[in-house]
Amino acid sequence: MRSFHLVQKDKLETGKLFHARSLGLLNPHSIEPEFTMTRLKIAENNYSCEPEETVLDALLRQDVDISYACQKGTCQSCIARCTDGTPPVQSQSGLKDTLRSQNYFLSCLCVPEQDMTIRLPDQSELFSEGVVIVNEMLNRNTILLKVECQDILEYKAGQFVNLQRKDGLTRSYSIANTPEESKALEFHIRRLPGGQFSEWVHDVIKVGDTLAVSEPKGHCFYIPERKQEGILLVGTGSGLAPLAGILTDALSHGHTGPIHLFHGSREKEDLYRIDEMRALTEKHKNFSYTPCISGENVPEGFKHGRVNTVALAEVSDLKGWRVFLCGHPDMINQMKTQVFLKGASIADIYTDAFIVSTEQGK
Amino acid sequence: MSESLFDRIGGEAAVDASVELFYRKVLADHRINRFFNNVDMEKQIAKQKAFFTMAFGGPNTYTGQDMRDAHVRLVKMGLDDSHFDAVMEHLGATLVELKVPADLIAEAAAIAESTRADVLGK
Repeated sequence: MRSFHLVQKDKLETGKLFHARSLGLLNPHSIEPEFTMTRLKIAENNYSCEPEETVLDALLRQDVDISYACQKGTCQSCIARCTDGTPPVQSQSGLKDTLRSQNYFLSCLCVPEQDMTIRLPDQSELFSEGVVIVNEMLNRNTILLKVECQDILEYKAGQFVNLQRKDGLTRSYSIANTPEESKALEFHIRRLPGGQFSEWVHDVIKVGDTLAVSEPKGHCFYIPERKQEGILLVGTGSGLAPLAGILTDALSHGHTGPIHLFHGSREKEDLYRIDEMRALTEKHKNFSYTPCISGENVPEGFKHGRVNTVALAEVSDLKGWRVFLCGHPDMINQMKTQVFLKGASIADIYTDAFIVSTEQGK
Repeated sequence: MSESLFDRIGGEAAVDASVELFYRKVLADHRINRFFNNVDMEKQIAKQKAFFTMAFGGPNTYTGQDMRDAHVRLVKMGLDDSHFDAVMEHLGATLVELKVPADLIAEAAAIAESTRADVLGK
């Protein structure tokens, strides 16, 4: 009988096996890489990468502090980003489409084809100054904050940034608009009782004030591909922020597949942009909007129940669909499993856990 | 030289195709899905991928001790032969669904079967 106690095979062989077979059709001999040394640039430092050597091995050999574990593309802990071009295709194996499109790659699978400039995930983040240009209430507990930031022009609706007050207090918020819609970044910030940052935004901040804004991050956003497939958007409370942005992005790219938005809260007063969403359903026949209320008082035009329960009852087969889940962590965790069981692929399930960090930071 | 099982079965592409099919079956099975409560789905899928790569005789770094350590918590929850059998059943059904030839399924099943003692901490 075959022994299960397999030792790690030679790295080179491992790499080749994975690369060559990943498409199933390729002749392994047709994709031999060229044998040249390449240069890796991280911040101000240059490192060498030997022919056939992976980025991870090269960096470890030169004592760069990089996190890693499995060394075979499974755990994704050695993820890094190429900032001056597209990384080799095989180094993006298993990554979400939104990460691929931002040139993220797995350094353990990456044998460079040319010199690369790389950013490691734990490099300290850059902040730029933003100026508040709008602060107005969306409903009784959620404020619309628009921040103009000259240095942040490239972002996707649904990504998030860290906002930082002058004393260093920092929270993550999702971006609710596309750069095409408005130059300023829009955030929906719900007041959390005792939440230092949200209370500051609600009670103190005014138009003209400044705050620090990090670079946009995260991979919960729309990519204009597979436009004929369905999109399911499910959110609670201010989780509508990234969803509304993703919706705008999808519609403006001419997405033709069905787009279902389910927005839920306990009471009607905690929902917002209801009329705006209804107007969009008139304009776009492939878009449907279902506001859900879990409390007892349910006016006409609203569904009674938790947003995840309502959404699951109304969709059947999610094969090929992209699913975006934003809001309460419990809702997200339950839904992730349920939509997966209904056929959505794990790589097509996007979540925004920003509320976790907000609540932890009370 | 004869090709490895991993290559004959279709390599990483076959692993990718199998993993989600298999994991759906597991999560929908009331005999065993309680062992998968409160686990991160993405990490779990990555682990299933490693499991399939191993079952297909592909490159992997897992040892019997790793298998033991990873399942200690589940053994305490009552993981036993019946649960292992259920997982083997889903492994077989997944490969049948993907039209993998019977002899290759048997080979993969034998490799998976060889982990039984370690998984169950025997």
